[in-house]
Amino acid sequence: MPPDPLQLSAVELVHAVRSGDLTAVACTEAFLARIERTNGVLNAFLAVDREGALARAAEIDARRRSGKPLGPLAGLPVGVKDALCTADLPTTCASKMLAGYRPPYDAEVVARLRHADAVIVGKTNMDEFAMGGSNENSAFGPVANPWDTSRAPGGSSGGSAACVAADMAPVAIGSDTGGSIRQPAGLCGITGLKPTYGRVSRRGLVAFASSLDQIGPMARSAADCALVLEAIAGHDPGDSTSLRDEVPSYTRALDKPLTGLRIGRVPEHFAAGLDPEVARGVDEAFAVFRQLGATVHDVRLPHAHHGIPTYYLIAPCEASSNLARYDGAHYGHRAEPGKGHRAEPTNGHRADSGKERDGAAAFESPLVEMYCRSRAEGFGPEVKRRIMLGTYALSAGYYDAYYAKALRVRRLIRQDYLDAFQTVDLIGGPVSATAAFPLGEKTGDPLAMYLVDMYTVTANLAGIGGISFPCGFTAGGLPIGFQLQGPALAESLLLNATDRFQSLTDWHRRRPPLAV
Amino acid sequence: MAAAPSPADVAAPGSFTTIIGLEVHVQLQTATKLFCGCPTTFGAPPNTQVCPTCLGLPGSLPVMNRHAFDLAVRAALALDCTIAPFTKWDRKNYFYPDLPKGYQISQFDLPFSSDGFLEVVDPKGAFSRRVGIIRVHLEEDAGKSMHDEAAGTADSRIDLNRAGTPLCEIVTQPDLRSPQEARAWLNELKLLLVYLGVSDCNMQEGSLRVDANVNLHIPRPDGSVAKTPIVEIKNMNSFRSVERALAYEAARQWEEWQATGRELGSAPKQTRGWDDPAGVTRGQRHKEESSDYRYFPEPDLVPVRVSADDLARARAAMGVPPAGLRRMLAERWGISAYDADVLVNQGRELVAYFEELAGLVGEGKVASNWMQQDVLRTLNERGGTIDAFPVRPAALADIIGRIAAGDFDTSRGREIFAEVLASGRTVADVVASLGIAAVDDDALDALCRELVAANPKIVADVQGGKEQAAAGLIGQAKKKNPNVNPGKVRAKCLEIIRGL
Repeated sequence: MPPDPLQLSAVELVHAVRSGDLTAVACTEAFLARIERTNGVLNAFLAVDREGALARAAEIDARRRSGKPLGPLAGLPVGVKDALCTADLPTTCASKMLAGYRPPYDAEVVARLRHADAVIVGKTNMDEFAMGGSNENSAFGPVANPWDTSRAPGGSSGGSAACVAADMAPVAIGSDTGGSIRQPAGLCGITGLKPTYGRVSRRGLVAFASSLDQIGPMARSAADCALVLEAIAGHDPGDSTSLRDEVPSYTRALDKPLTGLRIGRVPEHFAAGLDPEVARGVDEAFAVFRQLGATVHDVRLPHAHHGIPTYYLIAPCEASSNLARYDGAHYGHRAEPGKGHRAEPTNGHRADSGKERDGAAAFESPLVEMYCRSRAEGFGPEVKRRIMLGTYALSAGYYDAYYAKALRVRRLIRQDYLDAFQTVDLIGGPVSATAAFPLGEKTGDPLAMYLVDMYTVTANLAGIGGISFPCGFTAGGLPIGFQLQGPALAESLLLNATDRFQSLTDWHRRRPPLAV
Repeated sequence: MAAAPSPADVAAPGSFTTIIGLEVHVQLQTATKLFCGCPTTFGAPPNTQVCPTCLGLPGSLPVMNRHAFDLAVRAALALDCTIAPFTKWDRKNYFYPDLPKGYQISQFDLPFSSDGFLEVVDPKGAFSRRVGIIRVHLEEDAGKSMHDEAAGTADSRIDLNRAGTPLCEIVTQPDLRSPQEARAWLNELKLLLVYLGVSDCNMQEGSLRVDANVNLHIPRPDGSVAKTPIVEIKNMNSFRSVERALAYEAARQWEEWQATGRELGSAPKQTRGWDDPAGVTRGQRHKEESSDYRYFPEPDLVPVRVSADDLARARAAMGVPPAGLRRMLAERWGISAYDADVLVNQGRELVAYFEELAGLVGEGKVASNWMQQDVLRTLNERGGTIDAFPVRPAALADIIGRIAAGDFDTSRGREIFAEVLASGRTVADVVASLGIAAVDDDALDALCRELVAANPKIVADVQGGKEQAAAGLIGQAKKKNPNVNPGKVRAKCLEIIRGL
């Protein structure tokens, strides 16, 4: 009797496929069936590639039968965030702007997954262009949190987090610009790693904020994350910002004892705003680490409280430029030519200054009208808000006060971490201030939504890695997340510490009581 | 704003100084684009030399072409610029359909080079001008928009083959003082860049583009100087257009100044387009606000470092620039500055041909004369390159050597040159087949005695002191035997007449 794929870890699954205990086809079918049953409730997938996935699985099985070598992710079903380009599946970034868009190439990470014999089962839902912390900014509807479908899964990689939490795939790929892997992982009770900036190639990741974006694995455990990270990390000559450092074996470093490990605790993290239940869960996690032989020390990150304003200048500035290419001219959404539009004589208005008159927008030229209307129709409100914020902050006369100043604060935040890591090996704390919040609770309050990233953005600003994993549950049965941050290229240690934590706890083994 | 001057305050027409600065964009001669591996070949069918990166597709990333950077450094070094040890890329944001990313990767506040100069010297001594270079920076080219206005459909088509081609922007100080100087300086710049192998500088194919900034400095009787508003001229498609546009614009500004007295600072900088067929500049639309490109550092690229080794390699690849080559030729071969200028302006290959010829002939001036009167003239008529020219330096040196030895005269030498050129045969072969053989002394003596005997009038004239009358004898001698050396005929005839 072959094992039930849904009950196996990614490590076990790959082992079962490689050893022949389980066929890749059976494995893929099991997860596809699970997706079919649950996606109507969760909306975690925007596209499911049943045919492609089964064909790929069959090909892997055939190769195994003929004795040919298989890759390290043989037969492993993977959900890929819809921000990563896939040549055989649409890539929409959950935006109307890219509805139906099919890239001519695979993202480097997708290519590495395929090369490792993973089976891509589909593209996961997300906040539009990765902008959001609840997955409610998707043009294709929000994702429901598997632990309570009236609540948000977090974002922006909400689809990837929900997909793993609900066993729709054992692992998923997310991207993290300000917390978009770690925060939804925390709210969905799974393990998610944001690697050091440059550790994983960004080529083919639709850019949100280029200096902050980083792709990482989301899975049920640190061991499963290690398996996937090993396959996707490493230098890519096609990404100038990718690091040349060799990729260590993350899977082999997992069971190192934590004796003598120094973990920092930032007192400011426990100030007002942190939910008491979350605070208690986090403190209990520190206790587990002590039990594992680690010591806990107070450390200061004096500029961390500037993280949110700094992030919400740098990220929108870069986004305003990165998203300029969606203008309707070459691909993506283009507005239908205006009907009954009255052409205005050339009047010196700039491209973005269509003005209202008699209730109808008047434009400088048909071209400017096409730009304005395509972008007005194609982008959702949060994307527009950030484009406007970034455009404003980069404008002449404001650049120094906003963007340049944010870059200086960013350097201070980076220095804070460098200083802190002189005395501790890792820094622990909450991932977010509360457990999963109800859908709709923050959609009317952008500032409240921005604050969901308060514990995570600083790692992106500093370019360092961070991992999030479950450390308890609220009385209401919602997962509580714990975050560890480490110095640059400390992925091995982050995964090792998390794996040791997970060897003593079983929070990560719990499954949502999803009624489907 | 100063009150408009009355005509009496204004200096006489023509007494103003024209102040000109140039902005030159040069496509670098690389096989591939600046940030992707697409070819840069000119003239390919539209949108066939593109990839996700130069199309600006979602998720695509740029990777710098180091060869392009090295070429740009070579050009900047030849312009005597300071090369920054550390340089970065910036995004220049604006919307246009031929700019698929919505931004151009360029350099803003830290260009890779700055503060150089290029001197232009008029070979006839009319002017000599050292023109400061403010900066040279590298950026990617945009695509091409083709507006189908004739069809009346207002449709535009976009060709992105050019998008991402490496482009050097060279900005000069306002150091040029006349349209002629501007044209001469551009010729010198083009010559330099072609010599360096940095660009083919083909204006027809758009690999060199020029914008000019111009205004007038007009001295007032009180010693102060009035400055007219600066105008930027665009859309000039040849160096001749640049010269004409600047001349037109200087005259236009002079008239406008007389009419309005408007000075620099009273109005925003104006952009005018050159209408070549009409021979006028036309005002382009004013922008109410100056463009705000929202420059910021390009986060997809890492800063570029230039090491001492990189600089040494770039210097080694430079070779001798045209100005140095002119001096070298004049010194080494004793030719005039003007002759050196003519030769150097034809390019490195022609200079190599000349040097080989001069070396074989052992005399620079003669070699230079043959180059200019025969080789260059023929080359201009026939077209083609000096490297493919059928008469190689050794053959030409052979002809020149035989003339010097008195085998035949220069005009006969030219006939041989033409025959070698046409037939591709060797000089010796042509000489033999034309029956050209040196006339021996006895035959010459006999011929001259025959002519002296047959021309008593000429003999009398010579005896009367008019030696030039002997030319008549030379003409007759050539008719009787085309191979005679006119100099020898003359000397022999005079000798015979004196001995009568």
